[in-house]
Amino acid sequence: MTVEELFDQQAAEVERQNALENRIYCCTAAGCVSCGSEAVRKAIGEEIKSQGLTGKVEVCGTGCMGLCSKGPLVRTSKDDALYGGVDVSNAAALVSAPETLAPLRIDTSAPFFIKQKKIVLGNSGRVDPEKIMDYIAAGGYQALARACTELGPAGTLDEVKKSGLRGRGGAGYPTGLKWELVARQPGDVKYVVCNADEGDPGAFMDRSVLEGDPHRVLEGMAIAAYAVGAQQGYIYVRGEYALAIQRLQLAIRQAERERLLGNRILDSAFQFRVDLRIGAGAFVCGEETALLASIEGRRGQPRPRPPYPPEAGLWGKPTLINNVETFANIPPLIQNGGEWFASTGTATSKGTKVFALAGKIANTGLIEVPMGTPLREILFDIGGGVPGGLEFKAAQTGGPSGGCIPAEFLDTPVDYESLARIGSIMGSGGLIVMDSSSCMVDVARFFMEFCMDESCGKCIPCRAGTVQMHDILLRMTKGEASSRDMAILEELCTLLRETSLCGLGQTAPNPVVSTLRYFRPEYEMHIRDHRCPAGLCEMKGNEGGAR
Amino acid sequence: MSVVTLEIDGKVCTGVSGETVFDVAWNNGVKIPRLCHIGGLPNIGACRLCLVEVEGQKKLLPACITPVQEGMVVRTWSEKLIAHRRLIVELLFAERNHVCSVCVVNRNCELQDLAVELGLDHIRLRYQFPKLVADTSHERFGLDHNRCVLCTRCVRVCDEVEGAHTWDVSRRGALSQIIADLGEPWGESDTCTSCGKCVQVCPTGALFEKGKAVSEMRKDRGFLKYIVTAREKGQWIR
Repeated sequence: MTVEELFDQQAAEVERQNALENRIYCCTAAGCVSCGSEAVRKAIGEEIKSQGLTGKVEVCGTGCMGLCSKGPLVRTSKDDALYGGVDVSNAAALVSAPETLAPLRIDTSAPFFIKQKKIVLGNSGRVDPEKIMDYIAAGGYQALARACTELGPAGTLDEVKKSGLRGRGGAGYPTGLKWELVARQPGDVKYVVCNADEGDPGAFMDRSVLEGDPHRVLEGMAIAAYAVGAQQGYIYVRGEYALAIQRLQLAIRQAERERLLGNRILDSAFQFRVDLRIGAGAFVCGEETALLASIEGRRGQPRPRPPYPPEAGLWGKPTLINNVETFANIPPLIQNGGEWFASTGTATSKGTKVFALAGKIANTGLIEVPMGTPLREILFDIGGGVPGGLEFKAAQTGGPSGGCIPAEFLDTPVDYESLARIGSIMGSGGLIVMDSSSCMVDVARFFMEFCMDESCGKCIPCRAGTVQMHDILLRMTKGEASSRDMAILEELCTLLRETSLCGLGQTAPNPVVSTLRYFRPEYEMHIRDHRCPAGLCEMKGNEGGAR
Repeated sequence: MSVVTLEIDGKVCTGVSGETVFDVAWNNGVKIPRLCHIGGLPNIGACRLCLVEVEGQKKLLPACITPVQEGMVVRTWSEKLIAHRRLIVELLFAERNHVCSVCVVNRNCELQDLAVELGLDHIRLRYQFPKLVADTSHERFGLDHNRCVLCTRCVRVCDEVEGAHTWDVSRRGALSQIIADLGEPWGESDTCTSCGKCVQVCPTGALFEKGKAVSEMRKDRGFLKYIVTAREKGQWIR
């Protein structure tokens, strides 16, 4: 389609939707699907037919609405309200008289909703991920149009640089700089790769974006390809995300049919194809060089850098790799300009960050907050605090590469630098909350087991070091470790950090280092007194520990 | 090609641009420990034993893949580096069942030499004692996984020099194992040419010639260089 057609189609679709008496949005993200939202959606569809309201009332599936703990979630346009814990028996009421469902209504003026700022998740819960027209009605692909017609490649790059956007995969490398590196490389063949191999335990941000708004990611990739001069893109998505894969495939097909991907995009000379590559269950393939090896069909193992992918990536060609969330930030950024984007966040961390709240917290789910929001606000105002009357103990960010943040640092603003200062990392956005029933030695052991299982085995420090560290931590939780083991554990932490080949090995000791930093007495109690203060570890001769 | 001057361990050394720190150091008599590197094969920077300190760099750099630069100041031995190398070798000894007293390459083993060189006289880590088997299905050679350090020299020499790509690595992490073809017994491999290159480049007794008793196997360290020189320069010289 041409740019004019894009705007015409948008206007037509918006008009059609506004003419409806009621449009019912039923959350069909993985969380709500698992508690039965597909059945609810079907029941609503049948109810519309039996009440003879076809054409007046419409039901559509959407991406994640955020409050996963209250699923299945349904939003109705008639009274602009959100309902939680809906089941099939509510279908009739939702279609014609949603106001009668007052007990199920969720107060959207609660801190969980008003303290958030949605840029990445702006469309999530508002558009049907399986209908491209829904995305277009919400202003979709207009950023691509703006880039192609108004800004040009250099102008697009400038906007991204101006925005101060940093990579959302975890390391926080300035996105504009990365794009510029690729754009500057000579040669006709370049690649754009989207890293959707989200693997941190407890993290589901990328999955929600892919499932809830796949076109956003495709548009972001297309804009990136336009700016750096690439014609081919790959999305490397983990095989476990069946629904995300299915929706991405559908979205790619739809976008190609509408000439928003493929040849002659928006009737210009720009061409860009996107293909999916499905991961086979290796965490290390989220590391960029291992990911590239995997796309090329080789064993998914990291290689030493330099050369970095912007110089020599896929098949030795310049390659831009960004995370799902980074690409999802691009369309609104280009649409509204870099300065608009930079107005949110702190001096060095711009924009918003999506977090997946999990663990011992009342409102588990997906949230998006401006960078620099204090951790306390995220966990207690938005997250609703620790349920069950237990005390907050620590928050874990950054998954197996991150660290545990104790209560004394709850007022730390969440941005790249502040988190690094207290021994954790921003990471990709997993945020796991632990209460006083959690044992920090066991937490460290859990993450070390994860790293041990996921080590690719290429370099010795990571392959054999994680095994030894896990061995020591496991013996600690059984009350069988000595203070000599503790010294060796710390030696291994240094070794892995300083000598491992890739980021996975270098950061594998982080959960141990950060818990040692803030909860050392707990380790000492395990070793000296064979006692687990949380009462979790079962010790020999001291079964069940002691509270 | 331009000449590059750099300082290695306080000694002024010269190399040619494009050469690695490792090669220039060795050519100038500074021996950096290594396990996965072997002259004539592509470097992968996996064993992390050749890590060196370079002035102005926060991270330790693997000498085998770091190109030399004019004015570079390199330290190949420091207390920190020795501690790291010793712990890496210690990790290897604890990882699999390395029993020198019954090994065919006893006193002719790169892993053993490293331990001696680094003064590693005892192991503090827990031995993992994995249950591994030896593949003796090949007519002339054997593969004992107990002694393998996963340096992948065999994989690379078979792929890059012989061109057969019989060897590869299966599974991951501590469970990684060298396999012939798709996990067949070595003797039944369709691709193996029985050239024996893998046996000669193997740093330990993992790959060995049959019929050798304890300490009897001597690996031909000049073998790979001989072949590579012949191929690149057409000179069949030792």
